[in-house]
Amino acid sequence: MTMETPLARVRGLGSAREGAHHWWVERLTSVSTLLLFIWLFVSLLRLPGLDYRTVTEWLQSPLAAVPMLLLILSTFWHLKLGMQVVIEDYVHEEGSKFLSILLLNFATVIGAAFALFAVLKIALGVPHG
Amino acid sequence: MDSNPSRPLSPHLSIWRWGPHMLVSILHRVTGSGLATVGAAVLVWWLLAAASGQEAYQTFTTQAGRWYGIVVLVGLSWAFFQHTLSGLRHFVMDIGAGFELSRNKFWANMTLVGSVLLTALLWAWIWWGAHG
Repeated sequence: MTMETPLARVRGLGSAREGAHHWWVERLTSVSTLLLFIWLFVSLLRLPGLDYRTVTEWLQSPLAAVPMLLLILSTFWHLKLGMQVVIEDYVHEEGSKFLSILLLNFATVIGAAFALFAVLKIALGVPHG
Repeated sequence: MDSNPSRPLSPHLSIWRWGPHMLVSILHRVTGSGLATVGAAVLVWWLLAAASGQEAYQTFTTQAGRWYGIVVLVGLSWAFFQHTLSGLRHFVMDIGAGFELSRNKFWANMTLVGSVLLTALLWAWIWWGAHG
């Protein structure tokens, strides 16, 4: 009779069967992030300038705001998955690994939330008169 | 977590002869980490500045236009192209193709050449757009 919990017994034995899903979503978001960044670069290069008025007027159009919101979601999702792999590969001590993953998740959500709010504020704000 | 000592470990970096494929593999992680941190911060700053008004936006564009701002932006664009090209190379390898030694080396080198070339093209375009 052991006092170990079932969790303690399986720790360190390998896959929790999340790997394939992580791998697949990483590739899925890499395609969507690439397509959305090509859209962003082409859009910015086609604008007459990158000054305040031009950029905010452009972001008020649904055809700019919606892809921009998707770009933020796709990019932050992809970078979270990628950074998680880097942390898991190089941070071996269990405490610092847990803390790093925790901070990564917080930073991703906070960064994405600020970016999404910024785009929504511009897009839903009062148009330039 | 207790590590299981019976699990196999791969031999580490020091035993392999260096080649372009190793450099590209490491650069994929370095550029990815750079884009995820510096790149994401610049993107969020740019959007927040635009949402905060003329003055905040002016601060962003002034900093971005200084020499260190340009260095960061050129670096980010190179990192983006390098990460993208080596990511596309990974897609080919994901389907099991391109592992022949010479072909693997060739495309690893091509991502390095391509990212520098695309960075130069992009900034030439921006420079001519601003001055031409």
